Amino acid sequence: MTVAAVITGVGPVAPGGVGATEFWQAISAGRNLLARITRFDPEDNPVTIAGEVSFDADELIEHRYLVQTDRATQFGLAAADLAMADAMFSPPALNPFAAGVITTSCVGGAESLQRGLGKLWRCGPDHVSPYQSFASSHAATTGQVSIRDTMKGPCGVLVTDEAGGLDTLAHARRAIRRGARIMIAGAAEAPLCPYALAPQYSARMLSESADPRTAYLPFSHDARGYVPAEGAAMFVVESAADAAERGSRPKAVISGHGATFSAVAAFDPSGEGLAMACRKAITAAGCRPEDIDVVFADATAIPTADRAEVTVIKSLFGTKVPVTAPKAGFGRAYASSSALDAAAAVLSLDHGIIPPIPALAEPIDELDFVVGAPRRAELRTALVLARGYGGMNSALVLRRPDH
Amino acid sequence: MMRRVVITGMGVTAPGGVGVSAFWELLTAGRPMTRLITRFDATPFRSRMAAECDLHPAVHGTTTRDTRWLDRYLQFATAAATEALRDSGLNAVEEDEWRVGVVMGTALGSAALLEQNYVVMSDSGAKWELDHQYGSPHLHLAWTPSMLGAEIARLCGARGPVHTVSSGCTAGIDAVGYAAQLILDGDADVVVAGGAEAPISPVTVGSFDAIRVTSSRNDDPEHSCRPFDRDRDGFVLGEGAAVLVLEERRHAIRRGATVLCEVAGYATLSSAHHMTGLTTDGRVLAVAITQVLNQARLGPTEIDYISANGTGTRQNDRHETNAVKLALGQYAYSVPMSSIKSMIGHALGASGAIELVASALAIERGAVPPTANLMAADPECDLDYVPDTAREHRVNVALSLGSGFGGFQSVMALRRPDSRGVETSRL
Repeated sequence: MTVAAVITGVGPVAPGGVGATEFWQAISAGRNLLARITRFDPEDNPVTIAGEVSFDADELIEHRYLVQTDRATQFGLAAADLAMADAMFSPPALNPFAAGVITTSCVGGAESLQRGLGKLWRCGPDHVSPYQSFASSHAATTGQVSIRDTMKGPCGVLVTDEAGGLDTLAHARRAIRRGARIMIAGAAEAPLCPYALAPQYSARMLSESADPRTAYLPFSHDARGYVPAEGAAMFVVESAADAAERGSRPKAVISGHGATFSAVAAFDPSGEGLAMACRKAITAAGCRPEDIDVVFADATAIPTADRAEVTVIKSLFGTKVPVTAPKAGFGRAYASSSALDAAAAVLSLDHGIIPPIPALAEPIDELDFVVGAPRRAELRTALVLARGYGGMNSALVLRRPDH
Repeated sequence: MMRRVVITGMGVTAPGGVGVSAFWELLTAGRPMTRLITRFDATPFRSRMAAECDLHPAVHGTTTRDTRWLDRYLQFATAAATEALRDSGLNAVEEDEWRVGVVMGTALGSAALLEQNYVVMSDSGAKWELDHQYGSPHLHLAWTPSMLGAEIARLCGARGPVHTVSSGCTAGIDAVGYAAQLILDGDADVVVAGGAEAPISPVTVGSFDAIRVTSSRNDDPEHSCRPFDRDRDGFVLGEGAAVLVLEERRHAIRRGATVLCEVAGYATLSSAHHMTGLTTDGRVLAVAITQVLNQARLGPTEIDYISANGTGTRQNDRHETNAVKLALGQYAYSVPMSSIKSMIGHALGASGAIELVASALAIERGAVPPTANLMAADPECDLDYVPDTAREHRVNVALSLGSGFGGFQSVMALRRPDSRGVETSRL
């Protein structure tokens, strides 16, 4: 008998909302939280709008972790704290070897790498920080969370671009099924530094609009690419039995996951790989396409990719399933974008409310997009879609625990 | 019926030669490949040595396009994957592409390429806001190491789960372990897995200098990496790649593949102690070893060879020695345990995969590679490290150990095919 893995805690750190309550308030109201970049001076850049997290690191992160971590890891540490508080879990676990951490990111500690490179090349080898060897590593967030919270169990670091948030949840479920009692899983990302952004301009996927209200319009005829964002989302995942024993209320069941690869980078226009990921996830969840009550779309706002996603949703579910993309209000936070989508989906199932796409005047197709205002609905099963730039597709089925 | 995971093909790119044959020849000859760095001018640095690969792309399966467009670590991986696929006899066209996956590990990915571009775009570090027009055209791909998994997936036609593992220095073992889990869980029938790394660049050398974990024996590069030796003073950087073809056992048998060995157990734990430091007792690594033995349903005395992490730092070698003693008890003194990093250096996220190939070869060829440069053992490192010369030795079960920054401790057991009829427990 397979063990059911449930999510008992959600810790989002997003533009407009640190913690589940704030995050839910921001996305369910459909607020637009995009603004001109303040992390550095974007004056000479084609991209000037982003979703920035308003975050007091000094308040949320213990000093000794603060000095040796990148902003991304600081988001991750804070998100893990929030998720554990939400799950009413205070580390250390009774058995530290049964508690593990699995995280993902696209660019790792990019800002730390840029700072380190600057010191080395401007001042010389003697000026390289002793933290340089790990602060910019993709493994830093898993390492620091495991150290701070004494989690000695199965630890890991996955990189599947923007799909990573979903893949880490699937991996946490693997660990639970192999006997781990509690897993912290999720994504942390802080790509709003000059060097992480600059190489992307030539790829022409980022929105160059200077107007925050119209910069990120997925599924619209005016779609012109996505707005980059920073943030994190961590989850507490445990077996249903352990959650019950602890008296912690499960918010969602990780019920099915599918991962595939499209050999065409930059969002395969055919959508074939994404469709297969959906079918795998739905089959694994033991449900049928008509059981899906809401789809959280990948929503890149890159016209060919939006078109591919619409085609996939239509071919599998028809035009009746509600489709939403709250990230249109706060930006696409790379690996954290799918983790924040999963957080939104969990909260959505929990509240019986679908958070909207803030604005969508002229949709490219007649799907049932949830636009402008939250929609109350009987939600039992949610599907979250994600695509990585390099061709990774991922689909995750989450269910309300009573089903 | 319980699924089982076997290895049906291997490929390797390592200092001293490309391909499994050259690699095994180098290891059994006990020949260190550590030299002064030639990839860049390392004069200003404390540690100026590395074991570098000499890859001739055209000879080793990479095309002109690959050489032009692929970052160095991707070229290593491509060469190793090409060899592994050929070795396995896997015919991609006959496979269900959605059931073929890829899991590759790397610690730094394209960090060297990012550094080269940074120097140009920032005018040698003078500017914080960078001029994007001076970057190379596909530089946005360099930030995410997932390009490694994607590149290998394109090469072998995989359309199942394609994931990259970036858990630092244990990434190579972790990628293979994760691949095995995908097969056991029924998410794929074939997974091409391994690790690749090309870390030899100023920023990497500079960051390791800053915490003094690399050897500074620049006047004697060949004997600079001395795992378990009294006079060891740190690791020496390496580079390379290794790729293994993992298959569900019945899938392999059905297509008539040669089974090289079986993946019998895998665990990765975190010591939750320090990002770069280790506890001397080695307790967490010992727990990982015990977990792997339990999964494989093996007793300590059934282990015939241990491929050590053996970096040659003061801390690691004691930590590892104590872990093995804790896990295996008195038997720890009887099992040969060696570090091939003494010859090919530390290729970070690739080394775990490279060492798994060495372990699989030990099983297949009935010999264990030596620890080179072990002249006088540290009194606290008192196990059988197979000093200097390879040893003929029948190996049914090999254990490969990894330990890295972040506190990750990873262990994998490989077993001779059908050396025992029991089925793998949950891995």
